This record gives sequence, structure tokens and C-alpha cells, in this order.
Amino acid sequence: MEATEVSDHAEVLHTSTGLDSRKLAIWTFIGSECMFFATLISNFLVHKQQWLSGPGPFPHQAWTDPATGKVMEPIIEIPLVTVGTALLLFSSLFVVLALYGAQKGRRGMMLGWLGATITCGLFFVGMQVYEFTHFVHKGLTLQRNLFGASFFTLTGFHGTHVTIGVIWLITMFVLALRGQLTPERSLKLEMAALYWHFVDVVWIIIFPVVYLIK
Amino acid sequence: MAHATAHEAHEAGHPTPGTYAKIGLFLFVLTALEVGLYEITYGEHAGAFGHDIQPFFVPLLLALSAVKFALVAMFYMHLKQDHRLFSGVFVFPLIIAAVVIIALVVLMAYHWAFATGR
Repeated sequence: MEATEVSDHAEVLHTSTGLDSRKLAIWTFIGSECMFFATLISNFLVHKQQWLSGPGPFPHQAWTDPATGKVMEPIIEIPLVTVGTALLLFSSLFVVLALYGAQKGRRGMMLGWLGATITCGLFFVGMQVYEFTHFVHKGLTLQRNLFGASFFTLTGFHGTHVTIGVIWLITMFVLALRGQLTPERSLKLEMAALYWHFVDVVWIIIFPVVYLIK
Repeated sequence: MAHATAHEAHEAGHPTPGTYAKIGLFLFVLTALEVGLYEITYGEHAGAFGHDIQPFFVPLLLALSAVKFALVAMFYMHLKQDHRLFSGVFVFPLIIAAVVIIALVVLMAYHWAFATGR
């Protein structure tokens, strides 16, 4: 009998590759998402310096709007975003520990770390909502200039992905509470964890590109 | 039986929670280095040293990000232990993504240089 590399013993699938199709599917999806974010990052890099009015992208530099003569304050808050970045990084650690707990049948460990991951994800989304609100108050909107359009598109799509990830993890948490995430069924959590790690690695690129590189 | 053996072999190669924690700490240190590098180069207290390292700022930052990216993909996403097909399915689009970014940035840099006469 052909060996099938799955962690979901209850639903053993025999495929031509010997690999679980669901896991291959999530990796294929992640691969396609890489190209999706590549276009958004390219768009941001191309348009970052192309703004004619409104707040610019330099965090420590004031900018005089040529249209109104008004001095624009620096808008990006590096300390706030650094905290958000650290939370997202730690959430990746937490979800991998939750998965370890799920695979070893340690329910308490799984629930605890999964709860911590969801909390970090919610804080990150909260940070982004605060940042977007702050930017709008400072005069930077999606329509204001090319920097604003490309910034909100890139970070907004990432934030949407984080939100979807949080919803997915909450679903896993409910399944775990009901006792439906047994070691045999841990692939469900592994797929959610892979998506969550992907969201993290995308931010690993976005953070320096958007916030640190001038 | 064969399935269980494959699964156990697959599980045996996975890192321990201690290893995950060490990687997490290292990722945090690398992030702190990124922000620290920014602060000494372009921050409010940037000095002469910061000015000297400005040409290396972007390559250093990208190198730090690449290390973080690789650590998460290899250890947290288990690409180091998992079947190579998963690595292929992830790395191939990643290469295309990198080519798209580089090509568009270079193309638009030429376009703007031409448009502004520089």
C-alpha cells in the first residue's frame, strides 16, 4: 500500500504523489498569494515617491504641500508599527506551539497558544485600524496621492489577510474547545497555521519596504 | 501501517518547542536590529556613523528580512522537514514574485529617469 504523508489519520487519502492533497492545495494557494503580494509591493515601490500633494512617506521629515503651502507633519509612527511587527512574529511562534500541542494531544497547550495567537492577531488588526484612522486625520487617504493609494492598497490587503487568518484561527479554537481537533485531525490546524505563517512572512517584507526604507 | 510509519518519520524530524522558542527570540532580535539600523541611519539621533553606513542600509535591511523570511519558512512552516514538493510549490512562485518586483522597479526607474531627463 502506498504511504500517504498526512497527519489526519481519520481521513487517510491515497494520492498519486503520496502527499495529502489538502496540504498541497494550501501550499499552491500560498504560492499564488506570493505573486499577488509581489504585484502590490511592486506597485508601492514604483509609486512611493510619486506624490504631488498631501502627506509624504518620510517618517521623520516634514513636507510642504506645494498646492496649499501647508507644512505636512511626518505621519508614519515607527514604534507603533514595530510593536505590531513583534506581535505578528510572536503569533507565528504561538501558532506553531499550538500545532505542536495538537499533534501531541496536549489540549491545554493547544488551546492556550491558539488563544495567544488570536489575541496577537486582533491586536495587530487593531494597530492597523488605529494607523489608518490616524493617517486619514493627517490628510492621507486612498484618493489623496499615489503614495496613499499604493500604501493603503498594500497594507489594506495584508490587513484583510490577517483578519481572515484570525477568523480561521477562531474557528480552529472553537473546534478545539469541542474536542474535534484530535492529533488525528490536526491537519486542519496545520493548514490554518501555514496560512498564518504566510501572513507573517509577507509582513516581514512589507515592514522594511514600507516603513524603514526611504 | 505504512502510513503510520511515514507519519512518525515525518513527525520525528520536527523541531521541539525549545527550538521554536529560540527561533522566535532570534526573529525578535533581528527585528530589533532592523529598527536599530534605521534609527542610527535615518532616525532623530543619526550621527556621522549613520551617514557612513547609508549606502549599505537597504542591502543590510533586505538581508535581515531574507534571514527572517527563511527562518519562518524553514522551521515554522516546516519546509526543512516536509516533502520537497511543498518547497518547490512555494519557492517557484517566490522566484517569479522576486523577478516581477525587480523587473517593474527597474522598468519604472528607467521610465522616470527618461521622463524627468535625469
